Amino acid sequence: MNVGVVVFPGSNCDRDMFHVLSDVFHMTPQYCWHDKPLPENLDAVVLPGGFSYGDRLRAGVIAAHSPIIQDVKKIAEKGIPILGVCNGFQILVESGLLPGVLLKNDSLNFMCEWTNLTVENNKTPFTNKFELNEKIPIPIANGDGRYFVDDETLKQLERKNQIVFKYDQVVNGSSNQIAGVCNEDGNVVGMMPHPERAAEPEINPHDNKPSSLIFESLLQKIGANN
Amino acid sequence: MSLEPHELEELKLKIGRDPTSTELQIVAAEWSEHCSYKSSKKHLKILPMDGPLVINEKGYDSGVLDVGDGYVVTAHIESHNHPSAVEPYGGAATGVGGVIRDILSAGTRPIALLDGLRFGDIEKDQHAKWLFKNAVKGVADYGNCLGIPTIGGEVEFDECYANYAMVDVAAIGFGKKENLIKNHAKKGDLVVLMGGATGRDGIGGSQFASDSLESENRSAVQIPDPFIEKLIIEAILEARNEKLIHAMKDLGGGGLSCAVSETADALDIGIEMDVDNVHTRESDMHSDEIMVSESQERMLIITDSVKLVKFQDICNKFRIECSVIGHVTFDSKMHVKKDGKTIANISTDIVANATLLDLPSKKPKYLENIEEKKSFPVLSDYSEIMLKLLASPNIASKIWVYGQYDHEVGIRTVVKPGYDASVLRLDNGKFLSIKIDGNPKQCYINPREGAIGCFEEACRNVVCTGAKPIGMLDHLQFGNPKDPEIFWTFLESLKGLTDFAKDFEIPCIGGKVSLYNETPKGSIKPTPVIGVIGLIDKKPLRIQKINSGDCLIMIGNTKDELGGSEYSEYIHKFIGGKCPAVDFSESKKNMNAVLELVENELIKSAHDCSKGGLAVAVSELCMTNLVGCTVPLDDVPGDNLASDEILFSESHSRYLVTFEKKNIQNLEELLKKHNVSFKTIGEFGGESIQFTTDSKPVIDLSVDKAQKTWLNSLKEMVMHA
Repeated sequence: MNVGVVVFPGSNCDRDMFHVLSDVFHMTPQYCWHDKPLPENLDAVVLPGGFSYGDRLRAGVIAAHSPIIQDVKKIAEKGIPILGVCNGFQILVESGLLPGVLLKNDSLNFMCEWTNLTVENNKTPFTNKFELNEKIPIPIANGDGRYFVDDETLKQLERKNQIVFKYDQVVNGSSNQIAGVCNEDGNVVGMMPHPERAAEPEINPHDNKPSSLIFESLLQKIGANN
Repeated sequence: MSLEPHELEELKLKIGRDPTSTELQIVAAEWSEHCSYKSSKKHLKILPMDGPLVINEKGYDSGVLDVGDGYVVTAHIESHNHPSAVEPYGGAATGVGGVIRDILSAGTRPIALLDGLRFGDIEKDQHAKWLFKNAVKGVADYGNCLGIPTIGGEVEFDECYANYAMVDVAAIGFGKKENLIKNHAKKGDLVVLMGGATGRDGIGGSQFASDSLESENRSAVQIPDPFIEKLIIEAILEARNEKLIHAMKDLGGGGLSCAVSETADALDIGIEMDVDNVHTRESDMHSDEIMVSESQERMLIITDSVKLVKFQDICNKFRIECSVIGHVTFDSKMHVKKDGKTIANISTDIVANATLLDLPSKKPKYLENIEEKKSFPVLSDYSEIMLKLLASPNIASKIWVYGQYDHEVGIRTVVKPGYDASVLRLDNGKFLSIKIDGNPKQCYINPREGAIGCFEEACRNVVCTGAKPIGMLDHLQFGNPKDPEIFWTFLESLKGLTDFAKDFEIPCIGGKVSLYNETPKGSIKPTPVIGVIGLIDKKPLRIQKINSGDCLIMIGNTKDELGGSEYSEYIHKFIGGKCPAVDFSESKKNMNAVLELVENELIKSAHDCSKGGLAVAVSELCMTNLVGCTVPLDDVPGDNLASDEILFSESHSRYLVTFEKKNIQNLEELLKKHNVSFKTIGEFGGESIQFTTDSKPVIDLSVDKAQKTWLNSLKEMVMHA
């Protein structure tokens, strides 16, 4: 199970994601540097969090124009599972792979805290092992994490089942408390909270099993594909 | 910004001629208090620096501890007080950047930050509020961008810091012992400057930091760029893995002057360099400016011509500039050229080793009667005072601060901020616990006992997680050392720390002295900040939720030590009284007892008693677990104390441990075996925090109300005028 972990200058959750994919879930991750072509044998791609290009101009916008994103777009069309976490989500949004924008939190501050998500769509490659409305204790850590879409788009997202995760209460002022969305095909998922920070019991003060299901869902999906 | 007349004479005598203008700039930077430690160095030697786990290598800017299985932990502490007082955002941010590069210099990856922040009275002083808000943002933006978690620290407010800011940052690194950079160089090796371009920021910064803050010298404040720092970290670690680095030093105070002369002096080599080869931000920079600029995010690397090619490839990959600025010679001289002409040529030994001073000291007059006891009016109900304390800026929850710091990145943070000390997991299955503590209120009343108290408090905090203290960082921050009374307080604190370190066999693995911390109204209070690093071999105390029916034991004696307490100073506006003093043998017994309780998994949590005393410590347990508790004051270990002394005295060596009732017998047996003073003082339950005497409540506070006040107070203070 080959998973590409895309690394941009300024990515800083790449090593955490790599550790969880390899040491906890026994997949075979490989780092993919932003200016090299994406390897061809990948079963899935993860865009980890961080501050690509120091969040200059706007979070994720410079990375969204790197060569590797062209490759990510190509494999996205083929239906290969792609997950963007935090800055990875911002990059997916900026590159047009996912709808909406991520704005400054309504507190105007960086926020690092544990939140609870509810699963709104359990058909994606990263949520297929969840029950609908299942709760996930998981931390956020971002300054620009307020997901925003206009009312029209929001209706569309709801109709097409593109809302994947919601916060169970108001956290940062995001539209409809959205924490994660997917594309129309459901194979590209972006989320602000960090599943890689919640999947091991040692570092999760609540319950690590729900976050683990995000990775186990991927294992199930890739297993079914192969 | 130059040498004092007698220093200039000394320099002339040493080199046998008039110095060139560049030499003057280089020496002035390097002989500044900030770089040379000329006032303190003689005395610092008394601290014990060696221990079984300490690894000493020449030229390290951080302390190195062997944590077993082929791994090392590095640690360092720095402050950025002067710059933060002028420009809090940039000053605090570059303070983070500087200490991280010290960790990187040893060849280890920075894995955690802690920050100690001190400002004036934010309840009254708008400027203090502005400084506080922006310093927090500076630390947050820099650390968060790098992906290095800020896992703990402390925030304190005191009028003595009005119009000033104390920003201390400690950094922790981790790596394989075999990857440590063993600083060495041979003749012909190349000297490389990598990282951000040298600009006109931070010119004369080290001299600026070595003087009282009189004017707002903004050009002396450096400009932060965490993105470049992140690239430097990754590039250096990649180069380290490929063994491309012979020696390395970060550029901090004194810029190139300091890095080049100190590296050459430490390695017993000479360095010849050409300022024309330094990549600069502006084209018309004077060579003297290039030599003393303190532009951030720069590293000095020594390598050879073969490895250089690979090193440049790595820099290209990360798009970081690097310039070969010179080479290693064997004449022990720092030789600087421009346009092929020599502009400085001077022995590194002379540059790097300023003549050390032996400044006079004298016990300050103010200390004569300061510890005289003062009794405060006895009240029948302290509930209102209690609530006022919980809302006070020094005691209120600091969640508004650490909630802005990414404290999870790196996925090592096992115990998160908000408890006694944070805990990190290491790759060898062990755990590291770290805490920094200061207490200027107590240090002002008794510089010796106050400093020991900071040290013991930091130890208590790591002990509460189950960690044994293995190393200490000291950051000694005082006013103008030329004032004999101030210098006396420095020496007293230092002697106290030394006594404790020796008695407890905790080596000092690194530190920093920051002097000339003066505000328009005079010197700051003595502000030593002590960091303690603890190691847990097996597993840390996994803090469990306290439930109704669980019990509370207090270990350690409460004494009539209200001096420097929040109760005296915040409630009664009184500075003075008896300063808490650590009894070494009691302290040691209590520490060992708590460590064994954790190891035997007999307790749910351990919490130390410090700011606000027993009353606040018990409340914190209730508020974080949303459960009530009743504590009869007559049960609290201690002799002949008034109610307010039992409630609010900040005596040291005290711990609150919580446990399931069924463990009570095992617990009491173990504590008796350790021969410590202890008592079961309460049971959890109900919805209020209660303290009683003769079964009558002297404090009765709803947990819910207390918790809301405590959690929101600081945020409200910052957000609303």
